[in-house]
Amino acid sequence: MSPLFSANGLTKAYPGVIANEDVSFEIGTGEIHALLGENGAGKSTLVKTIYGLVKPDSGEMTLNGAPFAPPEPRAARSAGVAMVFQHFSLFEALDVAENVALGMENPPKPRALAQRISEVSAAYGLPLDPHRTVGDLSAGERQRVEIIRCLLQDPRLLIMDEPTSVLTPQEVDTLFATLNRLKSEGTSILYISHKLEEIRALCDAATILRRGKVVGRCDPRESSARELAEMMVGTALHRPERDITPPGAPVLEVMNLTLPPASAFGTALKDVSLTVRSGEVFGIGGVAGNGQDELMAALSGERRTDHAAICLDGAGIGALPPRDRRALGICSAPEERLGHAAAPDMSLTQNAMLTGAERRELTRGGFLNWGKSREFAEEVIERFDVRTPGPEEAARALSGGNLQKFVVGREILQSPRVLIVNQPTWGVDAAAAAAIRQALLDLAAGGAAVLVISQDLDELMEIATSFAALNAGRLSEPHPMTELSLDDIGLMLGGMGAETGETAA
Amino acid sequence: MIALEKRPAPSRAWSMATPFLAVLLTMIAGGIMFAILGKDPFAAIRTIFYDPLFNAQFASYSRPQLLVKAGPLILIAIGLSLGFRAGIWNIGAEGQYIIGAICGAATGLAFYPMESWIILPLMIIAGALGGLLWAMVPALLKTLFNTNEILVSLLMVYIAEQLLAAMALGALRSPDGGGFPGSRNLQQYPSAHNAELIAGTGLHLGVIAALIAVIMAYILLSRHMLGFHIQLAGSAPKAARFAGAKPGLLVVTCMGISGGLAGLAGLFEVAGPAGQISIDFNSGYGFTAIIVAFLGRLNPIGILLAGLLMALTYIGGELAQFTLGLPAASIQAFQGMLLFFLLGVDMLTNFRLRWKTKGAV
Repeated sequence: MSPLFSANGLTKAYPGVIANEDVSFEIGTGEIHALLGENGAGKSTLVKTIYGLVKPDSGEMTLNGAPFAPPEPRAARSAGVAMVFQHFSLFEALDVAENVALGMENPPKPRALAQRISEVSAAYGLPLDPHRTVGDLSAGERQRVEIIRCLLQDPRLLIMDEPTSVLTPQEVDTLFATLNRLKSEGTSILYISHKLEEIRALCDAATILRRGKVVGRCDPRESSARELAEMMVGTALHRPERDITPPGAPVLEVMNLTLPPASAFGTALKDVSLTVRSGEVFGIGGVAGNGQDELMAALSGERRTDHAAICLDGAGIGALPPRDRRALGICSAPEERLGHAAAPDMSLTQNAMLTGAERRELTRGGFLNWGKSREFAEEVIERFDVRTPGPEEAARALSGGNLQKFVVGREILQSPRVLIVNQPTWGVDAAAAAAIRQALLDLAAGGAAVLVISQDLDELMEIATSFAALNAGRLSEPHPMTELSLDDIGLMLGGMGAETGETAA
Repeated sequence: MIALEKRPAPSRAWSMATPFLAVLLTMIAGGIMFAILGKDPFAAIRTIFYDPLFNAQFASYSRPQLLVKAGPLILIAIGLSLGFRAGIWNIGAEGQYIIGAICGAATGLAFYPMESWIILPLMIIAGALGGLLWAMVPALLKTLFNTNEILVSLLMVYIAEQLLAAMALGALRSPDGGGFPGSRNLQQYPSAHNAELIAGTGLHLGVIAALIAVIMAYILLSRHMLGFHIQLAGSAPKAARFAGAKPGLLVVTCMGISGGLAGLAGLFEVAGPAGQISIDFNSGYGFTAIIVAFLGRLNPIGILLAGLLMALTYIGGELAQFTLGLPAASIQAFQGMLLFFLLGVDMLTNFRLRWKTKGAV
């Protein structure tokens, strides 16, 4: 069978970096083909080339045997290539049908379109009401909007960029059923991920990229996850080590915290209670938008709460502002690195001052000691292997992984009693992620209470000692991580209690 | 085709060069405008920039005017720049300037004809307080009800102007003025007169206050937590909140400082160069200071230089009006061009221009 799509010797260089070098691979008709690689391996550039967003420096592609060189996404779409991006491009204030219509070249009449959406969503097992407002949808439902928008174009090749990063395990199952159905109808799928287990479960073939080059091809069903990972990273991986020490006294306690949403599309926190003990890594899982940002803001002090709802060592701190909390030993690192955890246009020295002023005593009587702040920044750079020319570099000039190391390192080096991190390794390559996780474990081993909010279940299973799930602003009952199965976690994320976890305990 | 490309980090060289480039472009475009008006562009530019300082005939009058005009511009612009850095837009300095003048003058006149050293200091305090309180209206409305401070502070200018007219015609009208509008002349009331400190230089207390403000603002921005939070709030509001800056407090502080400094400028003007409260006492310093603040790149030292340059175009512009017969509107357009070009070339600090041939992308 001749391939549906082939790439031959694709090369694309940007100033200072070769994103793709001599990349060749083929996708068969009705094949689910995995594109595997770390962050920065060149996956995005490659799919953008196929989708007409990037023009390669050399090399050619064919689609259905004919030469294929789309100058823009519209040409790629009309040739039968559709793409679901990792970050959705939807308008929250519009309804599903209106959003779908905005992405089409010649949208049909609204009523006919709504009818089509209902038909397609029923046919592929993707329940979706065309008249609901997107702002009210979960991440999984928003992804369905994007998928249906693509399916309405009857694509020959569907590109999916990290589709499961925002889904619960149950939603992943629904998605896989849909993809298998598409495959059986002859649609080819290019599936981008770094989650090895799901690639092994879903894909027929895999192309592995490292530093822009194809370093391997395999049948993922016949390779172990470890083999895939080592091909992807190029070296043997080491898992973070942790000492199993019994947790100590409660340090951070949240009691019946209820908080209205900050914005129209925010989530209210409802009756959230948790206890983080000294030496413990408490993991909070859940799909984004279920109250993570609100919980983070309440704990860091960006939003004030009832004074007694949040306690440190038994004393209420809920009404204290961020700087007072830092002075008491509560440090935090929000999810959004650029613009929230760090000021993009300011230097690393200035960004070190941003949270380090209190605990590292970078000020005296309100006056700033820039020399000390610079030394602190240099210490973070050195201890956390931040790759940058120096502390005077602007934060926005750092890559995502390096800035994340800086942000997490800045908090850890303040020797906090409590550290709260939201998405500590989001968008960070495997080696840096391992270093950050190890640093969090070391901090807990030193007696700090660590609270990790993450959407990455693998990460939480790796480092958390206790686990609770956040769903629609409610926090589930926490359980020791070792007593939970993946199914239990899935149920907890979906808002049900983990019954089996309790009987096992 | 020209494409704009974001620089990885703001260019320091361009950040220094853009004000000079803007002045140069203003001279060229202004020269063309003057030529279209039928005047010799070189003579006009020379009259505006050179004659006020070095022309044997006019310089003795116009040179002291440089400090007289630059003083209030710098004083007001320094205050405004703090807010602008934090993303707080006080557009109503003109109104705060008027209220400062009214409060200060009224305080002085209340003691007339008593002579005491305490009167001028009391007037200074009253002037600063007046401007500060006038600025508190938009500041508190913003923090309490989330109103737009641009609109409120601007509209408060027109209220201040009406109040000024009412004062000149009513409460503060000179009893010895034969019914003409306008207060007593403070220049003829020694205890209330903000006199020239060194004769023939234009140096008065307001100029000293402006220099102190430049130094204090410089220290605040580069060395103090409040200044750091002001800059954070302007460049990354979420990061500022995370760092622990209190947005409401920043609004009140920045509006308060800018209002207070504008009020001070008004008091020094009414007690010094202007001499009296009159219907048309205000001459646009509060608005021109906005240009000065941006021309100086919101940097205290930059504002000092920009204030002097702006004062020069004022004096030179007046000179050009009566020696060359240039219309007053053309001078204002000339000053407007300066801000226009400054903002236009400003993007070169954050972006670079690249020539692209079509189809290469």
